Amino acid sequence: MKEKLQKIKDEAVRQISESKDLAKLNDVRVAVLGKKGELTAVLKSMKDVSPQERPIIGQLVNETRESIEKILEETKARLEAAELEIRLRHEVIDVTLPAKKNSLGHRHPNTIALEEMERIFTGMGYEVVEGPEVEYDYYNFEALNIPANHPAKDEQDTFYINDKIILRTQTSPVQVREMEKGKLPIRMIAPGRVFRSDEVDATHSPSFHQVEGLVIDKNITFADLKGTLAEFAKQLFGADTKVKFRPHHFPFTEPSAEMDVTCFKCGGKGCRFCKGEGWIEILGCGMVHPRVLRMSGIDPTEYSGFAFGVGLERIALLKYEIDDMRLLYENDQRFLDQF
Amino acid sequence: MNTSLKWIKDLVPGLTCTPQEYMDAMTLSGSKVEGYCCMDQDLDKIVIGKVMSVERHPDADKLVICQVDIGEKTIQIVTGAPNVAEGAKVPVVLDGGRVAGGHDGSVTPGGIKIKKGKLRGVESDGMMCSIEELGASRDMFPLAPEDGLYLLPEDAPVGEDAVAYLGLDDTVVEYEITSNRVDCFSVLGLAREAAATFGKKFVPPTVKETGNTENAADYIKVTIADQDLCSRYVARVVKNIKIAPSPEWMQRRLRAQGIRPINNIVDITNYVMEEYGQPMHAYDLDRIEGREIVVRRAAKDEKFVTLDGQERVLDDSILMICDGKRPVGIAGIMGGENSMITDSVQTMLFEAACFDGTNIRLSSKKIGMRTDASSKFEKGLDPNNALDAINRACQLIEELGAGEVVGGAVDVYDKVKEGRRLPFEPEKYNALLGTDIAAETMLSYFKALDLGYDEAKREVLIPTFRQDLECDADLAEEVARFYGYDKIPTTLPSGEATTGQLSFKLRIEALAREAAQFCGFSQGMTYSFESPKVFDKLLLPEDSPLRRAVVISNPLGEDFSIMRTISLNGMLTSLSTNMNRRNKNVRLYELGNIYLPHQIPVTELPEERMQFTLGMYGDGDFYTMKGVVEEILYKVGMRQKAQYDQNAEKPFLHPGRQANVIYDGDVIGYLGEVHPLTASKYDMKERVYVAVLDMPKIVAQATFDYKYSGIAKFPAATRDISMIVPKNVLAGDIEKVFDKKGGKLLESYALFDIYEGAQIKPGYKSLAYSLSFRAGDRNLEDADITGAMDKIVKALEAMDVELRK
Repeated sequence: MKEKLQKIKDEAVRQISESKDLAKLNDVRVAVLGKKGELTAVLKSMKDVSPQERPIIGQLVNETRESIEKILEETKARLEAAELEIRLRHEVIDVTLPAKKNSLGHRHPNTIALEEMERIFTGMGYEVVEGPEVEYDYYNFEALNIPANHPAKDEQDTFYINDKIILRTQTSPVQVREMEKGKLPIRMIAPGRVFRSDEVDATHSPSFHQVEGLVIDKNITFADLKGTLAEFAKQLFGADTKVKFRPHHFPFTEPSAEMDVTCFKCGGKGCRFCKGEGWIEILGCGMVHPRVLRMSGIDPTEYSGFAFGVGLERIALLKYEIDDMRLLYENDQRFLDQF
Repeated sequence: MNTSLKWIKDLVPGLTCTPQEYMDAMTLSGSKVEGYCCMDQDLDKIVIGKVMSVERHPDADKLVICQVDIGEKTIQIVTGAPNVAEGAKVPVVLDGGRVAGGHDGSVTPGGIKIKKGKLRGVESDGMMCSIEELGASRDMFPLAPEDGLYLLPEDAPVGEDAVAYLGLDDTVVEYEITSNRVDCFSVLGLAREAAATFGKKFVPPTVKETGNTENAADYIKVTIADQDLCSRYVARVVKNIKIAPSPEWMQRRLRAQGIRPINNIVDITNYVMEEYGQPMHAYDLDRIEGREIVVRRAAKDEKFVTLDGQERVLDDSILMICDGKRPVGIAGIMGGENSMITDSVQTMLFEAACFDGTNIRLSSKKIGMRTDASSKFEKGLDPNNALDAINRACQLIEELGAGEVVGGAVDVYDKVKEGRRLPFEPEKYNALLGTDIAAETMLSYFKALDLGYDEAKREVLIPTFRQDLECDADLAEEVARFYGYDKIPTTLPSGEATTGQLSFKLRIEALAREAAQFCGFSQGMTYSFESPKVFDKLLLPEDSPLRRAVVISNPLGEDFSIMRTISLNGMLTSLSTNMNRRNKNVRLYELGNIYLPHQIPVTELPEERMQFTLGMYGDGDFYTMKGVVEEILYKVGMRQKAQYDQNAEKPFLHPGRQANVIYDGDVIGYLGEVHPLTASKYDMKERVYVAVLDMPKIVAQATFDYKYSGIAKFPAATRDISMIVPKNVLAGDIEKVFDKKGGKLLESYALFDIYEGAQIKPGYKSLAYSLSFRAGDRNLEDADITGAMDKIVKALEAMDVELRK
């Protein structure tokens, strides 16, 4: 019996070692260990063995089985590894072939710039609010200290619906609407469409966007205005950006200023982009005029605040180096795809 | 506003800055300098020479050989200038020097270098110059010949710098003056700012009393009939006028200001207008009827010929200067032909008045004529400036010997404008600025600006030329300007914390945009105003309420004259632009308002409704667009099943390929293929699909309140059902049956085949659905499903649907 088992084992080992693939190996396994296999046959013949010998023979059979199984497993692992290797070798692809794209849509450059600004200001605790685009003359002018016949009304080239209703020329009326609500303090930005009677060309559009900012609280100072907008400029244009405030005049702020930032192309050395000046004008700002506060029902002896207005297109054109404003309203897919 | 830098420096004698330093400092103190131009930037080595002799060139007919005395020596110059003559004094550029351009007026950036050389074999050591070669023009030098050398006056000093002699060694500074600083539209105003900016002394001209022993009141009577439009009228008289060119120094200054010198009287008027910012007008007193001036409103449709020879039609809002009989000028805008000064003038009436700025601005607009004078008056001048200015002009008349000034002035000025007094509150200014500036420092800034201070009352005395200073914030700005905006600290607001956030509406809009972008749609932006022709392009019936639009009364043209009531035109125009440029597979969306008037004519603000408009052509069809709509709805939390009603009745959409989108019983938008007629009106030949979602309705139904319903533990049992359906039965009708009859266990269903054609009888189509049943707590048995399936089949059969086995 012992010899028989040894013979089975030797034969199995020979066949296993000759197996060139997993299918062959499986045939060997079935032939030896399967239901009709040789070793199974030996086990079946155990009933003829005397009860004394049974445990010994049984153990022998099991040992033989285990050692065959072990060799089978090892061989299987080796063959599998070899087959995988062959498969992987055959599956080499040209990784430089073009990508299969999920063509995602693109945001408008105005929106990218706006979302950037919204991120910065909401981070500083500002609420984003909106106001009507068709607006009362009162909110657009009068409540902003621009009375009837003020030259500023001419300068802004207003589109009129009638004597009382206009297309807003600025987002500043949202300031007034927000102040009139009477909820203080206020920290808000108000992005939106504005309209001025300018003919369309590379730098003008009769319809464009502004982002208005307003802070009203006790003890708000011009220094706060400077600090806030300097921080804004750093976040929008880069940590090295410096700002410069120049006195200016707006009817609804006093003192008023225009803010320049160091040219983000040349860093302030002067280049073609900033026309050699090193600085680029970005926004107008100032301390809310006490008369505006009073008209909106806020006591200027108790509260003060600052306001600013940024041209969204101006930021988008500068930041993304777009050389013609008309591109923003043509919606050519080849333009939009670049954002 | 432009000024000569030399003129400013004459008024601020201590000022020694370079043009660039001037520009930077003035801009930072609030007088924004847009730029400057050194008139001599391209001129070098140009002296005054005297032509001693002129000989013919041996080898050239058109050239002559000149010996020119340039002071220390005489040089030889060959020239072709037609007006060269012995004894002439001319500008001469020496060897190695530079001129600004050619004699034809062309300008060469950086200038043209002049070197000695030979002209047709004859030595030439330099060049004699025309006015154009000096970078100037005949406009500013009216005596310059059309073609030839600029001939200098006989007393021009030979050998001296010709550039300085001509006043071209000056810098023209261009400012952007803000509308509140009326005083800075004058050389004196800017010089005062410059003195305060640089901490130097401001030395305005001293105006002496002028005039003979006569009295102007004996020559002229002045009545202001409409005092609301004319607060002051000062008249002075000059007799024995001698019209002549004004002296070089005055011409130089005028040229640097960009004003062409004409004659002494005109030049003095212009000079004082620049200096004081006060326009003046000169009448020929002998042509003033009745020796009387009346300031009154014009009659309606009154006609008047201004001194440019144009007849103007006036109305009763326009202020006129009249004599005893008739108008002689439009107040503050332009004088009349009938009283204008001519070379033969003997006696002159000089007017310095103060008119209402708004009225002048509106009148000038109405007449369509904006003059140097009106552009000053419309800013609203200081009436207290008028007398000083006219006295200054009379002083110049005497100094220049242009006439004999009659003593006294007729000054009609009933309501004298007084300066304002404001409390001096340094702590308030510091509180507003966030600074800690000493009170004395503030007062020193005020003093430099000619603001007075009443120490006893602690009040700042505001002169009338600073009408812009009205409250403490204004004074705080004056402090800030001269303390330096750059020196004010930078801090962040302290105080109560606030929550930074976007409104719910804006968050929903952002999500919708995101979903559209995931579906390949890029964001476009189009105008809010458009042409009323849009309604025809969209095939809207005449009585469509969408044709009732908010109309702009002063549009940029008919194409931009109405506020859109429907958002499609911008989208279709953009798609058309893309199609015409051969862009393939274009997908766009826009988030923009439409404007729906509550009533016509408009008396209150229209309703602004945000529309989410999608448009596409190329890959994809109606169902692609429908999928995008559903993605957007899912993304904003609208997860019920949307219904689609084919009876949307949109004339601009394909009648068989359009639907209203209905959510929870409410129409929230529509989609469809654009009607071929509309598409062709936009010059588009491909199929175009659009969808419009009404954002107010979306925002009302949208939610961030998602609920997790678990992941199924037990397998689903599916049943396929294949049927022959009458063509007019919609898939939606079949699905309604599933929804109604499927019972609780029907989890979902999906269409997997649709077929019309040869194997199906005419008038029918084949549909196949896979139905998926599932229970949350067990494996399903056949028996669980049979009941539901039977009900479905029964209901379908009632609709003339035939099941296929």
